[in-house]
Amino acid sequence: MTAALVVGHGTEVAGARRRSRTAWLLLAPGLLYLFVFFVAPVAVLLLTSLFERVPGGPVGATRPAFAVSNYVDAVVTYAPQFGRSFLYAFIATVLALAIGYPLAYVIGVRCRTRPLLQGVLLVLVIAPFFTSFILRTIAWKQILADDSVVVSVLKTVSLLPDDARLTATPVAVVAGLTYNFLPFMTLPVYASLERLDLRLVEAGGDLYATPISTFRHVTLPLTMPGIVSGSLLTFIPAAGDYVNSALLGNAGTSMVGNVIDSRFFRVVDYPTAAALSVILMAAVLLLVAWYVRRSGTEDLL
Amino acid sequence: MKRLSFGRYLLPVYAALAFLYLLTPIAYTFAFSFNDAGRSNLVWRGFTFTNWQNPCGAPAVCESVVNSLQIGVLATVISTVLGTMIAIALVRYRFRLRAGANLLLFLPMATPEVVLGAALLAQFLNLRVNPGFATIVIAHVMFCISFVVVTVKARVASLDPRLEEAAADLYASPRAAFWRVTFPLLLPGIAAAALLAFSLSFDDFIITNFNSGNTDTFPKFVYVSATRGIPAQANVMGSAMFLIALIIVVTGQVLAARRRRAAAT
Repeated sequence: MTAALVVGHGTEVAGARRRSRTAWLLLAPGLLYLFVFFVAPVAVLLLTSLFERVPGGPVGATRPAFAVSNYVDAVVTYAPQFGRSFLYAFIATVLALAIGYPLAYVIGVRCRTRPLLQGVLLVLVIAPFFTSFILRTIAWKQILADDSVVVSVLKTVSLLPDDARLTATPVAVVAGLTYNFLPFMTLPVYASLERLDLRLVEAGGDLYATPISTFRHVTLPLTMPGIVSGSLLTFIPAAGDYVNSALLGNAGTSMVGNVIDSRFFRVVDYPTAAALSVILMAAVLLLVAWYVRRSGTEDLL
Repeated sequence: MKRLSFGRYLLPVYAALAFLYLLTPIAYTFAFSFNDAGRSNLVWRGFTFTNWQNPCGAPAVCESVVNSLQIGVLATVISTVLGTMIAIALVRYRFRLRAGANLLLFLPMATPEVVLGAALLAQFLNLRVNPGFATIVIAHVMFCISFVVVTVKARVASLDPRLEEAAADLYASPRAAFWRVTFPLLLPGIAAAALLAFSLSFDDFIITNFNSGNTDTFPKFVYVSATRGIPAQANVMGSAMFLIALIIVVTGQVLAARRRRAAAT
Protein backbone atom coordinates (compact mmCIF):
# COMPACT_ATOMS: atom_id res chain seq x y z
CA MET A 1 0.00 0.00 0.00
CA THR A 2 2.67 2.39 1.11
CA ALA A 3 4.94 1.14 -1.65
CA ALA A 4 2.25 1.69 -4.25
CA LEU A 5 1.68 5.20 -2.98
CA VAL A 6 5.37 5.97 -3.13
CA VAL A 7 5.71 4.55 -6.64
CA GLY A 8 2.61 6.40 -7.78
CA HIS A 9 3.93 9.59 -6.32
CA GLY A 10 7.31 9.00 -7.91
CA THR A 11 6.02 8.62 -11.47
CA GLU A 12 3.82 11.64 -11.02
CA VAL A 13 6.77 13.79 -10.04
CA ALA A 14 8.79 12.41 -12.95
CA GLY A 15 5.87 13.15 -15.28
CA ALA A 16 5.53 16.68 -13.98
CA ARG A 17 9.24 17.20 -14.40
CA ARG A 18 9.11 15.95 -17.98
CA ARG A 19 6.15 18.19 -18.70
CA SER A 20 7.95 21.17 -17.24
CA ARG A 21 10.97 20.32 -19.42
CA THR A 22 8.74 20.34 -22.51
CA ALA A 23 7.39 23.69 -21.38
CA TRP A 24 10.87 25.15 -21.16
CA LEU A 25 11.82 23.70 -24.55
CA LEU A 26 8.84 25.54 -26.01
CA LEU A 27 9.50 28.76 -24.09
CA ALA A 28 13.27 28.97 -24.36
CA PRO A 29 13.81 30.11 -27.97
CA GLY A 30 11.29 32.97 -27.80
CA LEU A 31 12.16 34.14 -24.31
CA LEU A 32 15.87 33.96 -25.12
CA TYR A 33 15.20 36.09 -28.18
CA LEU A 34 13.46 38.69 -26.02
CA PHE A 35 16.34 38.61 -23.56
CA VAL A 36 18.91 39.27 -26.26
CA PHE A 37 16.95 41.82 -28.29
CA PHE A 38 14.77 43.49 -25.66
CA VAL A 39 16.15 43.13 -22.12
CA ALA A 40 19.82 43.51 -23.07
CA PRO A 41 19.20 46.57 -25.30
CA VAL A 42 17.20 48.24 -22.54
CA ALA A 43 20.11 47.54 -20.15
CA VAL A 44 22.53 49.06 -22.68
CA LEU A 45 20.21 52.04 -23.00
CA LEU A 46 20.31 52.45 -19.22
CA LEU A 47 24.12 52.34 -19.24
CA THR A 48 24.38 54.74 -22.18
CA SER A 49 22.12 57.19 -20.39
CA LEU A 50 24.81 57.51 -17.69
CA PHE A 51 27.77 57.96 -20.06
CA GLU A 52 29.28 61.35 -20.74
CA ARG A 53 30.22 62.86 -24.07
CA VAL A 54 33.92 63.30 -24.77
CA PRO A 55 34.53 67.03 -24.96
CA GLY A 56 36.26 67.87 -28.24
CA GLY A 57 36.17 64.19 -29.31
CA PRO A 58 34.78 62.81 -32.59
CA VAL A 59 31.04 63.09 -33.29
CA GLY A 60 29.03 60.82 -31.02
CA ALA A 61 32.00 59.78 -28.89
CA THR A 62 31.08 58.87 -25.32
CA ARG A 63 32.92 57.39 -22.38
CA PRO A 64 31.69 55.33 -19.44
CA ALA A 65 30.70 57.46 -16.48
CA PHE A 66 28.03 57.74 -13.85
CA ALA A 67 26.59 61.03 -15.03
CA VAL A 68 23.25 61.22 -13.21
CA SER A 69 23.30 64.85 -14.31
CA ASN A 70 22.20 63.62 -17.78
CA TYR A 71 18.79 62.92 -16.25
CA VAL A 72 18.57 66.26 -14.50
CA ASP A 73 19.56 68.07 -17.69
CA ALA A 74 17.11 66.04 -19.77
CA VAL A 75 14.19 66.74 -17.45
CA VAL A 76 14.99 70.42 -17.04
CA THR A 77 15.66 71.09 -20.73
CA TYR A 78 12.85 69.01 -22.20
CA ALA A 79 10.08 69.41 -19.61
CA PRO A 80 7.79 71.10 -22.18
CA GLN A 81 8.22 68.22 -24.64
CA PHE A 82 7.44 65.69 -21.91
CA GLY A 83 4.40 67.69 -20.89
CA ARG A 84 3.18 67.85 -24.49
CA SER A 85 3.73 64.11 -25.07
CA PHE A 86 1.57 63.13 -22.12
CA LEU A 87 -1.01 65.87 -22.64
CA TYR A 88 -1.47 65.16 -26.37
CA ALA A 89 -1.55 61.40 -25.77
CA PHE A 90 -4.12 61.86 -22.99
CA ILE A 91 -6.40 64.10 -25.08
CA ALA A 92 -6.07 61.75 -28.06
CA THR A 93 -7.02 58.78 -25.84
CA VAL A 94 -10.10 60.56 -24.47
CA LEU A 95 -11.17 61.66 -27.96
CA ALA A 96 -10.58 58.19 -29.40
CA LEU A 97 -12.78 56.76 -26.64
CA ALA A 98 -15.46 59.39 -27.28
CA ILE A 99 -15.48 58.54 -31.00
CA GLY A 100 -14.68 54.82 -30.77
CA TYR A 101 -17.12 53.76 -28.04
CA PRO A 102 -20.34 54.86 -29.83
CA LEU A 103 -18.93 53.50 -33.08
CA ALA A 104 -18.20 50.12 -31.45
CA TYR A 105 -21.69 50.23 -29.85
CA VAL A 106 -23.38 50.70 -33.22
CA ILE A 107 -21.40 47.81 -34.73
CA GLY A 108 -21.41 45.44 -31.75
CA VAL A 109 -24.92 46.01 -30.35
CA ARG A 110 -27.13 47.75 -32.91
CA CYS A 111 -26.02 45.63 -35.87
CA ARG A 112 -26.21 42.35 -33.99
CA THR A 113 -29.30 41.23 -35.88
CA ARG A 114 -27.64 42.00 -39.23
CA PRO A 115 -24.38 40.00 -39.43
CA LEU A 116 -23.62 41.09 -42.99
CA LEU A 117 -23.77 44.81 -42.15
CA GLN A 118 -21.78 44.10 -38.98
CA GLY A 119 -19.08 42.38 -41.02
CA VAL A 120 -18.90 45.23 -43.53
CA LEU A 121 -18.65 47.91 -40.82
CA LEU A 122 -15.98 45.93 -39.00
CA VAL A 123 -13.92 45.74 -42.20
CA LEU A 124 -14.31 49.52 -42.55
CA VAL A 125 -12.90 50.00 -39.03
CA ILE A 126 -9.80 47.94 -39.79
CA ALA A 127 -9.54 49.34 -43.34
CA PRO A 128 -7.04 52.05 -42.28
CA PHE A 129 -4.58 49.27 -41.34
CA PHE A 130 -4.46 48.28 -45.01
CA THR A 131 -2.77 51.52 -46.08
CA SER A 132 0.50 52.75 -44.65
CA PHE A 133 -0.14 55.11 -41.72
CA ILE A 134 2.54 57.47 -43.00
CA LEU A 135 0.67 57.80 -46.32
CA ARG A 136 -2.58 58.49 -44.45
CA THR A 137 -0.98 61.07 -42.17
CA ILE A 138 0.50 62.83 -45.20
CA ALA A 139 -2.96 62.69 -46.81
CA TRP A 140 -4.32 64.59 -43.77
CA LYS A 141 -1.52 67.10 -44.11
CA GLN A 142 -2.53 67.77 -47.70
CA ILE A 143 -6.28 67.72 -47.03
CA LEU A 144 -5.85 70.35 -44.30
CA ALA A 145 -3.14 72.36 -46.11
CA ASP A 146 -3.51 76.15 -46.31
CA ASP A 147 -4.59 76.14 -49.97
CA SER A 148 -6.82 73.06 -49.67
CA VAL A 149 -10.53 72.88 -50.44
CA VAL A 150 -11.42 72.19 -46.79
CA VAL A 151 -9.67 75.30 -45.49
CA SER A 152 -11.03 77.60 -48.20
CA VAL A 153 -14.60 76.35 -47.66
CA LEU A 154 -14.29 76.84 -43.89
CA LYS A 155 -12.99 80.36 -44.50
CA THR A 156 -15.77 81.20 -46.97
CA VAL A 157 -18.47 80.19 -44.50
CA SER A 158 -16.52 82.06 -41.79
CA LEU A 159 -16.06 79.03 -39.57
CA LEU A 160 -12.37 79.80 -39.73
CA PRO A 161 -10.83 83.28 -39.51
CA ASP A 162 -9.05 84.43 -42.67
CA ASP A 163 -5.56 84.20 -41.24
CA ALA A 164 -6.07 80.87 -39.46
CA ARG A 165 -4.55 77.59 -40.53
CA LEU A 166 -5.23 73.95 -39.69
CA THR A 167 -1.83 72.37 -40.24
CA ALA A 168 1.21 73.19 -38.12
CA THR A 169 -0.99 73.54 -35.02
CA PRO A 170 -1.37 71.48 -31.81
CA VAL A 171 -4.97 70.77 -32.88
CA ALA A 172 -3.75 69.08 -36.05
CA VAL A 173 -1.24 66.98 -34.10
CA VAL A 174 -3.86 65.80 -31.58
CA ALA A 175 -6.35 65.14 -34.41
CA GLY A 176 -3.69 63.12 -36.23
CA LEU A 177 -2.88 61.07 -33.11
CA THR A 178 -6.59 60.46 -32.49
CA TYR A 179 -7.06 59.43 -36.10
CA ASN A 180 -4.09 57.07 -36.20
CA PHE A 181 -5.01 55.17 -33.03
CA LEU A 182 -8.82 55.22 -33.32
CA PRO A 183 -9.03 51.62 -34.66
CA PHE A 184 -6.86 50.43 -31.73
CA MET A 185 -9.48 51.88 -29.38
CA THR A 186 -12.53 50.76 -31.34
CA LEU A 187 -11.60 47.09 -31.82
CA PRO A 188 -11.09 46.05 -28.14
CA VAL A 189 -14.20 48.01 -27.10
CA TYR A 190 -16.12 46.31 -29.90
CA ALA A 191 -14.88 42.91 -28.70
CA SER A 192 -16.31 43.48 -25.23
CA LEU A 193 -19.55 45.12 -26.46
CA GLU A 194 -20.14 42.23 -28.84
CA ARG A 195 -20.15 39.81 -25.89
CA LEU A 196 -22.41 42.06 -23.79
CA ASP A 197 -25.52 40.20 -22.66
CA LEU A 198 -28.38 42.52 -23.65
CA ARG A 199 -30.73 40.86 -21.16
CA LEU A 200 -28.73 42.52 -18.39
CA VAL A 201 -29.36 45.93 -19.98
CA GLU A 202 -33.08 45.10 -20.28
CA ALA A 203 -33.10 44.06 -16.64
CA GLY A 204 -31.76 47.48 -15.75
CA GLY A 205 -34.70 49.08 -17.56
CA ASP A 206 -37.15 46.67 -15.93
CA LEU A 207 -35.88 47.75 -12.55
CA TYR A 208 -36.75 51.36 -13.39
CA ALA A 209 -33.19 52.53 -13.96
CA THR A 210 -32.91 55.42 -16.40
CA PRO A 211 -30.99 54.63 -19.60
CA ILE A 212 -28.11 56.73 -18.30
CA SER A 213 -27.84 54.90 -15.00
CA THR A 214 -28.26 51.52 -16.74
CA PHE A 215 -25.35 52.52 -18.94
CA ARG A 216 -23.28 53.63 -15.95
CA HIS A 217 -24.00 50.63 -13.74
CA VAL A 218 -24.38 47.81 -16.27
CA THR A 219 -22.94 48.46 -19.72
CA LEU A 220 -19.88 50.47 -18.71
CA PRO A 221 -18.55 48.08 -16.02
CA LEU A 222 -19.10 45.08 -18.31
CA THR A 223 -17.13 46.71 -21.13
CA MET A 224 -14.36 48.01 -18.88
CA PRO A 225 -11.76 45.42 -20.05
CA GLY A 226 -12.23 46.64 -23.62
CA ILE A 227 -11.92 50.27 -22.56
CA VAL A 228 -8.74 49.55 -20.60
CA SER A 229 -6.98 47.65 -23.39
CA GLY A 230 -8.19 50.20 -25.95
CA SER A 231 -6.82 53.14 -23.96
CA LEU A 232 -3.49 51.37 -23.41
CA LEU A 233 -3.21 50.58 -27.12
CA THR A 234 -3.88 54.26 -27.85
CA PHE A 235 -2.00 56.02 -25.06
CA ILE A 236 1.29 54.08 -25.15
CA PRO A 237 2.07 54.54 -28.86
CA ALA A 238 0.69 58.09 -28.86
CA ALA A 239 2.99 59.17 -26.00
CA GLY A 240 6.04 57.96 -27.92
CA ASP A 241 4.94 59.10 -31.37
CA TYR A 242 6.83 61.71 -33.32
CA VAL A 243 5.45 61.20 -36.82
CA ASN A 244 2.25 63.19 -36.27
CA SER A 245 4.11 66.06 -34.67
CA ALA A 246 6.74 66.06 -37.42
CA LEU A 247 4.21 65.95 -40.27
CA LEU A 248 1.23 67.89 -38.89
CA GLY A 249 2.84 70.19 -36.33
CA ASN A 250 5.62 72.73 -36.05
CA ALA A 251 8.54 73.41 -33.73
CA GLY A 252 6.07 74.41 -31.02
CA THR A 253 4.35 71.00 -30.98
CA SER A 254 7.50 68.91 -30.65
CA MET A 255 7.09 65.86 -28.38
CA VAL A 256 9.65 63.67 -26.55
CA GLY A 257 9.80 61.32 -29.53
CA ASN A 258 10.92 64.19 -31.75
CA VAL A 259 13.69 65.09 -29.32
CA ILE A 260 14.91 61.49 -28.99
CA ASP A 261 14.93 61.16 -32.78
CA SER A 262 16.89 64.37 -33.35
CA ARG A 263 19.29 63.73 -30.42
CA PHE A 264 20.09 60.33 -31.96
CA PHE A 265 20.39 61.26 -35.61
CA ARG A 266 21.00 64.97 -35.98
CA VAL A 267 22.85 66.01 -32.82
CA VAL A 268 24.38 62.55 -32.20
CA ASP A 269 24.11 62.97 -28.44
CA TYR A 270 23.49 59.38 -27.35
CA PRO A 271 23.52 59.89 -23.55
CA THR A 272 20.77 62.53 -23.64
CA ALA A 273 18.69 60.48 -26.11
CA ALA A 274 19.11 57.42 -23.89
CA ALA A 275 18.21 59.31 -20.71
CA LEU A 276 15.07 60.71 -22.38
CA SER A 277 14.11 57.20 -23.56
CA VAL A 278 14.58 55.72 -20.08
CA ILE A 279 12.45 58.46 -18.51
CA LEU A 280 9.73 58.00 -21.13
CA MET A 281 9.70 54.22 -20.63
CA ALA A 282 9.60 54.51 -16.84
CA ALA A 283 6.84 57.12 -16.92
CA VAL A 284 4.69 55.13 -19.32
CA LEU A 285 5.15 51.88 -17.37
CA LEU A 286 4.26 53.58 -14.08
CA LEU A 287 1.14 55.12 -15.61
CA VAL A 288 0.13 51.77 -17.13
CA ALA A 289 0.62 49.93 -13.83
CA TRP A 290 -1.38 52.56 -11.95
CA TYR A 291 -4.17 52.58 -14.53
CA VAL A 292 -4.48 48.80 -14.72
CA ARG A 293 -4.54 48.45 -10.93
CA ARG A 294 -7.03 51.28 -10.51
CA SER A 295 -9.46 49.94 -13.06
CA GLY A 296 -9.22 46.46 -11.49
CA THR A 297 -8.31 44.60 -14.66
CA GLU A 298 -5.00 43.02 -13.64
CA ASP A 299 -5.90 39.69 -15.24
CA LEU A 300 -5.66 41.50 -18.57
CA LEU A 301 -1.93 41.11 -18.33
CA MET B 1 -39.12 59.56 -26.18
CA LYS B 2 -35.91 61.50 -26.07
CA ARG B 3 -33.90 58.32 -25.66
CA LEU B 4 -35.56 56.73 -28.67
CA SER B 5 -34.63 59.57 -30.99
CA PHE B 6 -31.08 59.67 -29.64
CA GLY B 7 -30.58 55.97 -30.19
CA ARG B 8 -32.38 55.82 -33.48
CA TYR B 9 -30.98 58.81 -35.34
CA LEU B 10 -28.13 60.45 -33.51
CA LEU B 11 -26.04 57.33 -32.93
CA PRO B 12 -25.98 56.18 -36.60
CA VAL B 13 -25.20 59.74 -37.73
CA TYR B 14 -22.36 59.89 -35.20
CA ALA B 15 -21.05 56.54 -36.45
CA ALA B 16 -21.27 57.75 -40.06
CA LEU B 17 -19.19 60.84 -39.18
CA ALA B 18 -16.65 58.62 -37.44
CA PHE B 19 -16.35 56.52 -40.59
CA LEU B 20 -15.90 59.68 -42.65
CA TYR B 21 -13.00 60.62 -40.34
CA LEU B 22 -11.49 57.13 -40.65
CA LEU B 23 -11.83 56.75 -44.40
CA THR B 24 -11.22 60.24 -45.87
CA PRO B 25 -7.39 59.93 -46.03
CA ILE B 26 -7.70 56.52 -47.69
CA ALA B 27 -10.03 57.95 -50.34
CA TYR B 28 -7.59 60.84 -50.80
CA THR B 29 -4.61 58.49 -51.22
CA PHE B 30 -6.58 56.41 -53.71
CA ALA B 31 -7.74 59.44 -55.72
CA PHE B 32 -4.26 60.91 -55.95
CA SER B 33 -2.87 57.63 -57.28
CA PHE B 34 -4.66 58.66 -60.51
CA ASN B 35 -3.19 62.16 -60.50
CA ASP B 36 -1.20 63.23 -63.53
CA ALA B 37 1.28 64.44 -61.00
CA GLY B 38 4.65 64.98 -62.59
CA ARG B 39 7.19 65.55 -59.85
CA SER B 40 5.19 66.38 -56.79
CA ASN B 41 1.81 64.92 -56.05
CA LEU B 42 0.38 67.89 -54.16
CA VAL B 43 -2.11 69.48 -56.53
CA TRP B 44 -4.65 67.79 -58.76
CA ARG B 45 -3.45 68.03 -62.37
CA GLY B 46 -5.82 65.67 -64.16
CA PHE B 47 -6.82 62.03 -64.35
CA THR B 48 -4.46 59.40 -65.69
CA PHE B 49 -3.86 55.64 -65.57
CA THR B 50 -0.10 56.01 -66.22
CA ASN B 51 0.89 55.60 -62.55
CA TRP B 52 -1.02 52.34 -62.27
CA GLN B 53 0.31 51.06 -65.61
CA ASN B 54 3.85 51.82 -64.56
CA PRO B 55 4.03 51.31 -60.77
CA CYS B 56 7.81 51.01 -60.89
CA GLY B 57 8.16 54.32 -62.75
CA ALA B 58 9.75 55.66 -59.60
CA PRO B 59 12.29 52.84 -58.99
CA ALA B 60 12.89 53.75 -55.33
CA VAL B 61 9.21 53.05 -54.58
CA CYS B 62 9.39 49.51 -55.95
CA GLU B 63 12.67 48.80 -54.24
CA SER B 64 11.31 49.86 -50.87
CA VAL B 65 8.13 47.80 -51.34
CA VAL B 66 10.19 44.70 -52.18
CA ASN B 67 12.30 45.29 -49.05
CA SER B 68 9.18 45.69 -46.93
CA LEU B 69 7.66 42.49 -48.32
CA GLN B 70 10.83 40.46 -47.71
CA ILE B 71 11.26 41.84 -44.20
CA GLY B 72 7.57 41.30 -43.50
CA VAL B 73 7.62 37.63 -44.57
CA LEU B 74 10.81 36.83 -42.64
CA ALA B 75 9.67 38.62 -39.48
CA THR B 76 6.23 36.97 -39.70
CA VAL B 77 7.57 33.43 -40.08
CA ILE B 78 10.11 33.74 -37.25
CA SER B 79 7.84 35.57 -34.80
CA THR B 80 4.88 33.27 -35.51
CA VAL B 81 6.92 30.13 -34.80
CA LEU B 82 8.51 31.53 -31.62
CA GLY B 83 5.25 33.10 -30.40
CA THR B 84 3.11 30.01 -31.04
CA MET B 85 5.52 27.83 -29.06
CA ILE B 86 5.36 30.25 -26.14
CA ALA B 87 1.56 30.47 -26.30
CA ILE B 88 1.18 26.66 -26.16
CA ALA B 89 3.58 26.45 -23.21
CA LEU B 90 1.81 29.22 -21.31
CA VAL B 91 -1.66 27.69 -21.56
CA ARG B 92 -0.86 23.98 -21.44
CA TYR B 93 1.97 23.68 -18.93
CA ARG B 94 2.59 24.64 -15.35
CA PHE B 95 6.11 25.85 -14.71
CA ARG B 96 7.99 28.09 -12.34
CA LEU B 97 8.63 31.74 -13.23
CA ARG B 98 5.36 31.92 -15.14
CA ALA B 99 4.77 35.45 -13.84
CA GLY B 100 8.24 36.42 -15.01
CA ALA B 101 7.58 35.03 -18.50
CA ASN B 102 4.28 36.93 -18.68
CA LEU B 103 5.98 40.15 -17.64
CA LEU B 104 8.75 39.67 -20.21
CA LEU B 105 6.08 39.30 -22.90
CA PHE B 106 4.02 42.25 -21.71
CA LEU B 107 6.87 44.78 -21.42
CA PRO B 108 7.66 45.14 -25.15
CA MET B 109 3.98 45.92 -25.78
CA ALA B 110 3.91 48.53 -23.00
CA THR B 111 7.08 50.27 -24.14
CA PRO B 112 6.74 53.13 -26.65
CA GLU B 113 8.21 52.28 -30.04
CA VAL B 114 10.69 55.11 -29.93
CA VAL B 115 12.25 53.58 -26.79
CA LEU B 116 12.41 50.09 -28.34
CA GLY B 117 14.03 51.58 -31.44
CA ALA B 118 16.53 53.66 -29.47
CA ALA B 119 17.46 50.74 -27.18
CA LEU B 120 18.09 48.36 -30.06
CA LEU B 121 20.14 50.94 -31.93
CA ALA B 122 22.20 51.64 -28.80
CA GLN B 123 22.85 47.89 -28.57
CA PHE B 124 23.80 47.56 -32.26
CA LEU B 125 26.13 50.56 -32.01
CA ASN B 126 27.62 49.05 -28.88
CA LEU B 127 28.26 45.74 -30.68
CA ARG B 128 29.56 47.61 -33.76
CA VAL B 129 26.84 46.10 -35.95
CA ASN B 130 25.94 48.20 -38.98
CA PRO B 131 22.18 48.69 -39.15
CA GLY B 132 20.54 47.40 -42.33
CA PHE B 133 18.20 44.71 -43.67
CA ALA B 134 19.12 42.13 -40.99
CA THR B 135 18.73 44.50 -38.05
CA ILE B 136 15.28 45.55 -39.32
CA VAL B 137 14.20 41.88 -39.36
CA ILE B 138 15.63 41.38 -35.85
CA ALA B 139 13.75 44.44 -34.56
CA HIS B 140 10.45 43.43 -36.18
CA VAL B 141 10.58 39.87 -34.80
CA MET B 142 11.17 41.36 -31.34
CA PHE B 143 8.03 43.51 -31.26
CA CYS B 144 5.85 40.96 -33.12
CA ILE B 145 6.43 38.02 -30.72
CA SER B 146 4.25 39.39 -27.91
CA PHE B 147 1.35 40.14 -30.24
CA VAL B 148 1.57 36.61 -31.71
CA VAL B 149 1.55 35.13 -28.19
CA VAL B 150 -1.56 37.12 -27.18
CA THR B 151 -3.44 36.11 -30.35
CA VAL B 152 -2.53 32.40 -30.31
CA LYS B 153 -3.02 32.13 -26.52
CA ALA B 154 -6.69 33.00 -26.87
CA ARG B 155 -7.10 30.14 -29.37
CA VAL B 156 -5.19 27.59 -27.25
CA ALA B 157 -7.26 28.52 -24.20
CA SER B 158 -10.54 27.95 -26.07
CA LEU B 159 -9.40 24.48 -27.17
CA ASP B 160 -11.03 21.49 -25.48
CA PRO B 161 -8.20 19.41 -23.88
CA ARG B 162 -10.46 16.34 -24.05
CA LEU B 163 -9.87 16.20 -27.82
CA GLU B 164 -6.20 15.48 -27.20
CA GLU B 165 -7.10 12.98 -24.48
CA ALA B 166 -9.41 11.24 -26.93
CA ALA B 167 -6.53 11.01 -29.40
CA ALA B 168 -4.35 9.49 -26.67
CA ASP B 169 -7.10 7.00 -25.80
CA LEU B 170 -7.07 5.97 -29.46
CA TYR B 171 -3.35 5.18 -29.10
CA ALA B 172 -2.03 8.28 -30.87
CA SER B 173 1.47 9.16 -29.72
CA PRO B 174 1.74 12.63 -28.12
CA ARG B 175 3.44 13.83 -31.30
CA ALA B 176 0.72 12.42 -33.58
CA ALA B 177 -1.97 13.85 -31.29
CA PHE B 178 -0.38 17.27 -31.53
CA TRP B 179 0.12 17.37 -35.30
CA ARG B 180 -3.15 15.64 -36.30
CA VAL B 181 -5.51 17.07 -33.66
CA THR B 182 -4.20 20.12 -31.80
CA PHE B 183 -2.29 21.87 -34.56
CA PRO B 184 -5.12 21.87 -37.16
CA LEU B 185 -7.45 23.29 -34.51
CA LEU B 186 -4.94 26.02 -33.66
CA LEU B 187 -4.39 26.93 -37.29
CA PRO B 188 -7.00 29.73 -37.53
CA GLY B 189 -5.45 31.42 -34.49
CA ILE B 190 -1.95 31.00 -35.88
CA ALA B 191 -3.07 32.40 -39.24
CA ALA B 192 -4.64 35.43 -37.53
CA ALA B 193 -1.43 35.98 -35.55
CA ALA B 194 0.68 35.73 -38.72
CA LEU B 195 -1.53 38.28 -40.51
CA LEU B 196 -1.25 40.62 -37.52
CA ALA B 197 2.54 40.20 -37.40
CA PHE B 198 2.84 40.87 -41.12
CA SER B 199 0.76 44.03 -40.99
CA LEU B 200 2.66 45.28 -37.91
CA SER B 201 5.97 44.67 -39.66
CA PHE B 202 4.90 46.04 -43.02
CA ASP B 203 3.54 49.28 -41.57
CA ASP B 204 6.19 49.89 -38.92
CA PHE B 205 8.05 53.14 -39.21
CA ILE B 206 9.54 54.32 -35.90
CA ILE B 207 11.52 51.22 -34.87
CA THR B 208 12.53 50.67 -38.49
CA ASN B 209 13.76 54.23 -38.85
CA PHE B 210 16.11 53.72 -35.90
CA ASN B 211 17.54 50.40 -37.07
CA SER B 212 17.57 50.56 -40.87
CA GLY B 213 20.82 52.31 -41.78
CA ASN B 214 20.62 52.96 -45.53
CA THR B 215 17.95 50.34 -46.22
CA ASP B 216 14.57 51.81 -47.19
CA THR B 217 11.28 50.18 -46.29
CA PHE B 218 8.08 51.50 -47.84
CA PRO B 219 6.94 53.59 -44.83
CA LYS B 220 10.46 54.98 -44.42
CA PHE B 221 10.67 55.86 -48.11
CA VAL B 222 7.35 57.74 -47.95
CA TYR B 223 8.36 59.60 -44.78
CA VAL B 224 11.77 60.60 -46.09
CA SER B 225 10.45 61.76 -49.46
CA ALA B 226 7.57 63.70 -47.86
CA THR B 227 9.65 66.89 -47.76
CA ARG B 228 10.61 66.84 -51.45
CA GLY B 229 7.36 65.38 -52.79
CA ILE B 230 6.06 61.83 -52.84
CA PRO B 231 5.85 60.21 -56.29
CA ALA B 232 2.30 59.20 -57.29
CA GLN B 233 3.56 55.61 -57.55
CA ALA B 234 3.71 55.53 -53.75
CA ASN B 235 -0.04 56.21 -53.74
CA VAL B 236 -0.47 53.41 -56.30
CA MET B 237 1.41 50.98 -54.03
CA GLY B 238 -0.56 52.11 -50.96
CA SER B 239 -3.88 51.76 -52.78
CA ALA B 240 -2.93 48.41 -54.32
CA MET B 241 -2.03 47.03 -50.91
CA PHE B 242 -5.32 48.36 -49.58
CA LEU B 243 -7.25 46.53 -52.31
CA ILE B 244 -5.31 43.28 -51.85
CA ALA B 245 -5.86 43.29 -48.07
CA LEU B 246 -9.53 44.14 -48.59
CA ILE B 247 -9.94 41.18 -50.96
CA ILE B 248 -8.22 38.83 -48.48
CA VAL B 249 -10.41 39.96 -45.57
CA VAL B 250 -13.67 39.92 -47.55
CA THR B 251 -12.88 36.45 -48.94
CA GLY B 252 -12.19 35.26 -45.40
CA GLN B 253 -15.51 36.68 -44.18
CA VAL B 254 -17.46 35.14 -47.06
CA LEU B 255 -15.83 31.75 -46.47
CA ALA B 256 -16.56 31.96 -42.74
CA ALA B 257 -20.20 32.88 -43.44
CA ARG B 258 -20.52 29.97 -45.86
CA ARG B 259 -19.02 27.60 -43.30
CA ARG B 260 -21.45 28.88 -40.65
CA ARG B 261 -24.37 28.36 -43.02
CA ALA B 262 -23.16 24.86 -43.89
CA ALA B 263 -22.83 24.06 -40.19
CA ALA B 264 -26.36 25.36 -39.53
CA THR B 265 -28.03 23.17 -42.14
